[in-house]
Amino acid sequence: MNEMKFFSPDMKMSDLIEINYRLLQVLARLGMNIGFGEKSVARICAESGMDTNAFILICDMYSCPGYTPTGEALKAADPMSVVRYLHNSHSFYIEDGFKALEEIMDELVSPCSDNQKNVILDFLHEYRQEVEKHFEYEEKVFFPYVESVVKGLSGGDYSAATFEENHSNIEEKLNDLKNIVMKYLPPACNRKTASDVLYALFSLSEDLEKHTNIENCVLVPMVNRLEAGKEA
Amino acid sequence: MPSRVMARGIEGVFHDLGEFKVEGIISDFSPREEAILKNMSVDVIIVDPAIFAHSSAGNAKQYISGYTDAPVVAFPSVFMTEEAARQYDAVLSLYDSPADIIHKLRSAVSSPKDSAPTEGSELSAREKDILICVAKGMINKEIADIFNISIHTVITHRRNITRKTGIKTVAGLTVYALLNNLIDASSVE
Repeated sequence: MNEMKFFSPDMKMSDLIEINYRLLQVLARLGMNIGFGEKSVARICAESGMDTNAFILICDMYSCPGYTPTGEALKAADPMSVVRYLHNSHSFYIEDGFKALEEIMDELVSPCSDNQKNVILDFLHEYRQEVEKHFEYEEKVFFPYVESVVKGLSGGDYSAATFEENHSNIEEKLNDLKNIVMKYLPPACNRKTASDVLYALFSLSEDLEKHTNIENCVLVPMVNRLEAGKEA
Repeated sequence: MPSRVMARGIEGVFHDLGEFKVEGIISDFSPREEAILKNMSVDVIIVDPAIFAHSSAGNAKQYISGYTDAPVVAFPSVFMTEEAARQYDAVLSLYDSPADIIHKLRSAVSSPKDSAPTEGSELSAREKDILICVAKGMINKEIADIFNISIHTVITHRRNITRKTGIKTVAGLTVYALLNNLIDASSVE
């Protein structure tokens, strides 16, 4: 049904980036360094210990809106490589994404009254905590479960379905913040910073959306398949 | 849609992205086509305004609205003035990406046309009253009791507040209320 695939193992990594430069952040999170030479996607994946099929799945998820991977594509890819990417992304969001956002947000509201400043910064702070909690759950419960299923061990009562049920929406508040900054910022705010902040918010929210899609449309079905295989 | 290529393009986009489906293609207007239009149950109509260029039917949007309540989205094959564009619920461009097309259709379908921006996207006094209660942490039932309205009405107000502000969460609405001095910090928590 879905013939929108852009990427292949044999293409040059430099072409992959030419097709979608936003994948640079995917590469960075996997420790793939720039300076590809003429190396192919498969070669660079092999060098960094990443399963090529999983890498291509992730790139497709980032690049084709509405793309749902086929059963075959899911079957061919290594779940633990997907987990590795998701785990590294979590670290990136916490250590870089939010830190950068909080810094420019600080700058943005610094000319405001203390009240206004607190209202906005508290909101961001609470949101960050919520996201950290969300990630922590995945890191401590879901990812270890995936690992045990991949190894063929029993995961106890837990299942991917339980994960899906509890997978909360972390983009809603970010979207609210976008609207608040875009529409209702106190006039005293630093207007020059405002567009930087908005840019950061849009790009973070886009990234988180892809991230969630990879969890729900790649990792969960992969685990579902393994779970079914175990029962059969 | 007089152009087969454009119609096929939309079909292709819908096929690939899966959210919408083409129910029928009307390439010109005759009593037969009008009857089809009247009886089609669709969520959205996509029209190339060029279809009306040589007809006496006049305003495309008005004409189509006479047959269906569905939102009408323009997909012009030729240049269209801004004034002409404004009468449609959305305007697609030949250069839009498939995702953009789906996105525009989705918003055209989800925003009831009676709530066009002209009808005022500022919060009404009543909506502000309700927003204050929400920001203070009150639940729908409490709000309904205070204003002596049904919970259903409270929900409708809240939906409108979210539609206008783009803010969905209670925490976000509280920030809005504080920044707009609808409440002061001491009344939260």
